[in-house]
Amino acid sequence: MSARDELPVQGAEQTLTRGHVGSPDPRPNARRLLQGRGVYIDDLRLPRLAHVVFLRSPHAHARIVRVDSSRARQAPGVIAIFDGATIAQVCKPWVGVLAHLKGIRSPTQYPLAMERACWQGEPVIAVVAQTRAQGEDARDLVEIEWETLPALVDMDDALAGNPVLHPELGDNICFQREVDTGGIDQVFAQADIVVEETFHFGRHTGVCPEGRAILADYNAAEHSLTVHHATQAPHMMHDIISRHLDIPEANVRVICHDVGGAYGIKVHVYPDEMCTAAIAMLLRRPVKFQADRMESFVSDIHAREHKATVRLAATKDGRILGFDLHDLTAIGPYSVYPRTSGIEGNQVVNLTGGPYRHSHYRARMQAVFTNKNVTCQYRAVGHPIAVAITEGIVDLAAQRLNIDPAEFRRRNLIPDDAYPYAFPSGIRFEKLSHHQCLERLLALMNYEGLRADQAQARERGCYRGIGLAAMIEVTNPSAAFYGVGGARISSQDGATLRLEPTGALTVLCSVTEQGQGTETVFAQIAADTVGISMDKVRVITGDTATTPYGGGTWGSRGAGIGGEAVLQSGRALRANILEAAAAILACDRATLEVANDAIVDRLSLRPLLTLAELGRICYYRPDTLPPGFQSELMVTRHYVPRDYAFAFTNGIQASWVEVDTETGFVKLLGHWCVEDCGTVINPLLVDEQIRGGVVQGIGAALFEECCYDDAGQMLNAHLGDYLVPMAGEMPDIVCAHVQTPTHTSELGAKGAGEAGTAGAPAAVMNAINDALVPLEARVTAQPFTPERILAALGRV
Amino acid sequence: MALPETEITLRVNGETVRKRVEPRQHLIDFLREGLDLTGSHVGCEHGVCGACTVRVDGRIVRGCLMLAVQADGRSVETIEGVSDSGELADLQHAFHQRNALQCGFCTPGMLLCAGELLATTPAATREQIREHISGNYCRCTGYQAIVDAIETTLASRRANPAGAGT
Ligand code: FES
Ligand code: FES
Repeated sequence: MSARDELPVQGAEQTLTRGHVGSPDPRPNARRLLQGRGVYIDDLRLPRLAHVVFLRSPHAHARIVRVDSSRARQAPGVIAIFDGATIAQVCKPWVGVLAHLKGIRSPTQYPLAMERACWQGEPVIAVVAQTRAQGEDARDLVEIEWETLPALVDMDDALAGNPVLHPELGDNICFQREVDTGGIDQVFAQADIVVEETFHFGRHTGVCPEGRAILADYNAAEHSLTVHHATQAPHMMHDIISRHLDIPEANVRVICHDVGGAYGIKVHVYPDEMCTAAIAMLLRRPVKFQADRMESFVSDIHAREHKATVRLAATKDGRILGFDLHDLTAIGPYSVYPRTSGIEGNQVVNLTGGPYRHSHYRARMQAVFTNKNVTCQYRAVGHPIAVAITEGIVDLAAQRLNIDPAEFRRRNLIPDDAYPYAFPSGIRFEKLSHHQCLERLLALMNYEGLRADQAQARERGCYRGIGLAAMIEVTNPSAAFYGVGGARISSQDGATLRLEPTGALTVLCSVTEQGQGTETVFAQIAADTVGISMDKVRVITGDTATTPYGGGTWGSRGAGIGGEAVLQSGRALRANILEAAAAILACDRATLEVANDAIVDRLSLRPLLTLAELGRICYYRPDTLPPGFQSELMVTRHYVPRDYAFAFTNGIQASWVEVDTETGFVKLLGHWCVEDCGTVINPLLVDEQIRGGVVQGIGAALFEECCYDDAGQMLNAHLGDYLVPMAGEMPDIVCAHVQTPTHTSELGAKGAGEAGTAGAPAAVMNAINDALVPLEARVTAQPFTPERILAALGRV
Repeated sequence: MALPETEITLRVNGETVRKRVEPRQHLIDFLREGLDLTGSHVGCEHGVCGACTVRVDGRIVRGCLMLAVQADGRSVETIEGVSDSGELADLQHAFHQRNALQCGFCTPGMLLCAGELLATTPAATREQIREHISGNYCRCTGYQAIVDAIETTLASRRANPAGAGT
């Protein structure tokens, strides 16, 4: 490669270089994980470490009559046993509400249940011991006398207030919202066709390979707490731990090490984790909690238990007029702190109908309390529901009108030249590319070819189907998401870049890494922007004592927001480097450029000074620089989107399935995803992240459900019974991109991490229903288990 | 409840180890807690996820389904040992190039599981690869990159049998 090829093209300090950004660089930080040399919380070894285990409520709803821990206290290795009242003395309780979700309510929640437990799995007693095994032994000796109370498990019962779970609230409604653009009844009354369907969504959960984990280390002399935490949002946790445990902000430090999967599960405040931090204070020593699989199932947040009825009105030539939605969701006994359990339903309201031009929209959602585990934001929050509702009803309309589903979408997707575009509901889009994505997808999958195959297959009694699912997604959230509601969750992020004396570059960023490749994309952006090679860049994230302040990783924001902060910081550092070089070389700064780890002459590209030499002079021999000159080789910049509340992205997926009408099994024959996440920083990483998301969405569509009985007991809290997608059943997934960079940042990147999960369930559902058309059967309740498919076919 | 500890002697990554263990302790806990070999992970403790996969006498086992005392007198290899010997270096390299991991929690188990396929089924098809790793749960990747990386390694080992590992 010639020097010119490698020269950053940022020239006028305006455009981003195209060296590393856009290329499929492998992740430098993956090497340690490949050798088993990563460090997850459970891998840490600290002196005097104590282990806490929790006795959890075996009942969905029960009063604690009496607790007798006397035998447990005598058990070998036991250090202490705590109940709710004791922990409440050092840890303030919380209420999971936000001001911008008008009317949302939730009762006060404590780290350990106080007088009653409201779900099976709620932590009640904490047992601390020398080893985990000893803690578990002792836990079995704690005796609790319970008075069981009626369990509220059904959403409709909850809505009817039968019974009221928290009497002080008067009814079971946690949050409700209505949107009405007006005149919809008339539009529906006059429409050529109206289709209606009710969709059910099974509650499921994230099943992070690494269970939730926290190791809190209290230093009594300093009244300081260092928290090693498997979290996505260290600064949020820092603030919460400081305020709830009454430790000055400066005395708290939250460190994320390697995190074994998070997907939104590890961005919430969990009572057992707060309790662990409180216990570290009480015992003045390090204390660790590592959730095991069975307790993860009943204490990690669940998501997506919805029942949604949707109506669509259209003209007979296939033009959508409006959507009318009623969504009911059950969120468990508490709204989760601090993000609340109202956001998922809120998103369903915001996103339903999203890809399609329409003039009328009415939506009503209600989130109700029940005695099941709490629900909250899990990867793609609300999108899988909204996309399935929308795409399901759109397909039904197309079928009713006898229009091919691809053609029906072509007629109704918002035209690519219509932007900026706003819905009657007020949602604004900067620029989307639905039609480009659709055409790309149809070509990629050979839509016509598959339709022909489908027709042939049907002749031999083999039922194959194609499902399309267009989607819009909320990414790069601004303060509109949480901050305006009073949550102390940062929507801005920061990056510090420091040129080291050897010419290496250290990047510190507030966005965290759980394997998505955040650190790698930051290194790519920093390398290009500064003019340095990638192997000289070291990225540090996940430590509130060292990184700039920021929101962390959630809501598809890492690359778009954190990446822009790195870019801006890189720009500023490069300017400072050039200034120092001009001082050293006693020449005009405008004649200089940074490229290939050196200062070069801008015109001839002749290397003049290596960055290592520049670093050596600036740090060790500043005496040789002109009087009054001070080099600044460390800079920090922050970024937050301001122009739009969110950078909406779009994409479309297709699923190709075969349904065995004898057994009800669905075979996935193919899956495609075309996504527009703006600037693609690293195709290798983004593609696999999308695939992972698709598989997670397929899990929701076909396998995953937290099954409860009438008493509120989760029946399958075991990885053998709760089915997750494994390699054998998954298809190869073809990914492609359309790139419409957002103009709200220079980087132009939008989020991509949730795309796969958002659209896959709808695509699979539509494919199954397409396969079943000749048999006049439909499925609408996820997951689409063989039993449900056979029931739809009238075979069971 | 805890029973009195018994002494076991075994080889772990080539080193002889003599330790007292509780009879109820699982091999994975012994490796992680007793020997601080934290590269093997605990994902479910009931034999489903494969994160705890290690080798005993050359065969892969689930460390959460075997007791430490059952490993008495045997030879155990973990990801740390296998990485140091370089035996799966080509596979690890292929995983890296193909980004066949995100969080990395499943990766050590996945590598050892795939290593067995490399050794036993040099001509494995894509379908056989998927089948073989179907006991190892990965929530991050969508599996495809893992399948690709194993496929690439199989192909390069077939092309160059002497070049396996390092
Ligand atoms: S921890 Fe052993 S299989 Fe999951
Ligand atoms: S890489 Fe995260 S579980 Fe496989």
